[in-house]
Amino acid sequence: MPLLSYRDAIRQALAEELQRDANVVVLGEEVAQFNGAYKVTEGLLERFGPKRIIDTPISEAGFIGMGVGASMLGIRPVMELMFWSFYSVCFDQILNNAANIRYMSGGAINCPIVIRGPANGGTNVGATHSHTPENVIANHPGLKVVCPATAYDAKGLLKSAIRDNDPVMYLENTILYGDKWEVPDEEYLIPLGKADIKREGTDLTIVAHGRAVINALAAAQLLEREHDISAEIVDLRSIRPLDEETVLASVRKTHRVLLVDENKPFCGVGAQLAFMIQEQAFDDLDAPIKRVSAIDAPAIYSAPAEIEQLPNPQRILGAAIEVLR
Amino acid sequence: MTKKSSATADKQETDGVAKPAASSAAVNARLSPEEKIGLYRMMVRIRRFEERSLRSYQAKKIGGFLHLYIGQEAVAVGCCSLMGKNDHVITAYRDHGHALAVGMDMKPLMAELYGKSTGCSKGKGGSMHFFDPSRNFWGGHGIVGGQVPLGTGLAFALKYRGLKGACMTFMGDGAVNQGAVHEAYNLAALWQLPVVFVIENNGYSMGTSQARSSAGDLARRAEGYGMAWGVCDGHDVYEVRAAMDGFLSEARENSKPAVVEVRTYRYRGHSVADPDNTYRKREEIEEYKRSKDPIHVFHNALVAEGVLDEAVAAQIDAEARAEADVSASFAEASPFPTVAEITQDIYWEEDNPSEKKSQGRMFFG
Repeated sequence: MPLLSYRDAIRQALAEELQRDANVVVLGEEVAQFNGAYKVTEGLLERFGPKRIIDTPISEAGFIGMGVGASMLGIRPVMELMFWSFYSVCFDQILNNAANIRYMSGGAINCPIVIRGPANGGTNVGATHSHTPENVIANHPGLKVVCPATAYDAKGLLKSAIRDNDPVMYLENTILYGDKWEVPDEEYLIPLGKADIKREGTDLTIVAHGRAVINALAAAQLLEREHDISAEIVDLRSIRPLDEETVLASVRKTHRVLLVDENKPFCGVGAQLAFMIQEQAFDDLDAPIKRVSAIDAPAIYSAPAEIEQLPNPQRILGAAIEVLR
Repeated sequence: MTKKSSATADKQETDGVAKPAASSAAVNARLSPEEKIGLYRMMVRIRRFEERSLRSYQAKKIGGFLHLYIGQEAVAVGCCSLMGKNDHVITAYRDHGHALAVGMDMKPLMAELYGKSTGCSKGKGGSMHFFDPSRNFWGGHGIVGGQVPLGTGLAFALKYRGLKGACMTFMGDGAVNQGAVHEAYNLAALWQLPVVFVIENNGYSMGTSQARSSAGDLARRAEGYGMAWGVCDGHDVYEVRAAMDGFLSEARENSKPAVVEVRTYRYRGHSVADPDNTYRKREEIEEYKRSKDPIHVFHNALVAEGVLDEAVAAQIDAEARAEADVSASFAEASPFPTVAEITQDIYWEEDNPSEKKSQGRMFFG
């Protein structure tokens, strides 16, 4: 099977859906002539032309809102936020319009829009450009949220997101853009709300999403090699909808849980998971649930400190050993 | 189209009579007597609907906010009467007039105000959030200025799909200072989208007068974006139609955006529960009612034209009152949404389970 980078997988998904449906348009800052700030949309302008691939001004509230409006009238906009961190300047359009219009219209309207872009820290750019809003977004009924960790998942989830009739917030990670994974040539879709066991194990369940999955996999190797601990890694892939069954099945198998995400801890995705696990699998737990989140502070600029602020294999390893103690 | 200059320079005294120039404009001259009566009837229906809703609000049958449109009727009626099949409307939270003007029935509107499941939004939207996409009416939006990018997006969709239509994107005078409005202006002008931004300037953004909130002329800001703009009086439905017609044609035919400021006035508070005596005097309201009430002005014009007589006017009024009463009875008799209905109409996919592709849990306890 050919190896494809996470970046190229996203581009392939965009190209395939642009090819399939004439109502799909790609809009965002620098997506066309500049070929994408992170080169995700490279070559799409040349292939699909300026009607389909559109550079926007730096005007997130304007163009995201415009995309929501266009989605109400038959367009399927795929909007790029150069950084998901900029959601704050267009959040009224996302939460009051994309999320609420269907409800406030009694189901008369739907907004098939995708908003995508990187949402991660760890790049030495300081607090304004390092937000991870998946928990904030998932707090708003009406929105769907996906966080792919691999190229395979990125492609399959984005294709599903573009075909989805609800607004899907698609959170990428700049650090993963260059990672290569096996991606088949033939077309495939990954449904939203389906978690993936990225590694089978028997002693401990680690639940993660996005780049935390990759760090958890690295930690699992260390656990195996250095501590003879077999960790199972559940990659949520989708935050809302959430695949509870896969998480609970793993918990019932291993009886111990470590939650890892790059979010801040307070009201993070892990908080919801911990509640859900204790509610539905209390008797299956042999130890308190632990979690590894970003250290609870704005994202620090200093690179070595930022590595420690985010979940990394060593932090995950240490927490895993505590769960098993 | 070249940039419009303000119509205020040659503004005439009106004193309760529509201006001859506006009534003889082509868009008005071609109206049949029945169509003129139709415009009049629509304004009366909006007025009586809102007066009836106010009584229900005072009787505590309606809660929340009730932003009445009374005094502004000629704006929505004039603008919406120009709609063709590919024309669209989106507005802010003072939306009852627009909803009726695009043809929505009183009953689901009143039921929505009552929070009933027979409401146009099934009791989930309320006064500020009326919608009817089957009539090209896209709300009804509660955040000041938040609907303006949406209207620009509707125009984007029209242009993308090659449809010859325009989106009238209404906002109040308070919205013009929101960043989202300026961002939408820029996109509309940059991409030449078929959108006409209509500023319904009733003089007050809640309780703050235009003089205390907005620098410069409101519509003239369009010049900064290279857009056409204009100003008209909003108490005269003929003038609204005459002013809007050209801008709408330019949008439909040549995909030219524009900003139109329509000067109007609201008789009630921002929302009816808000105090109305801190920022304006009673006499100001009474003077407007006396000299510029849009229904009164059009009534006089139609009587002068021989189109309307007192008997017909009285009948229209009685029918509108009766229709509003029927809508209130309908609302009263309708059920409230059930607890189960709270989690419907959120995700298209959940509401269409046979076509559902996603898995996993969508709602959380």
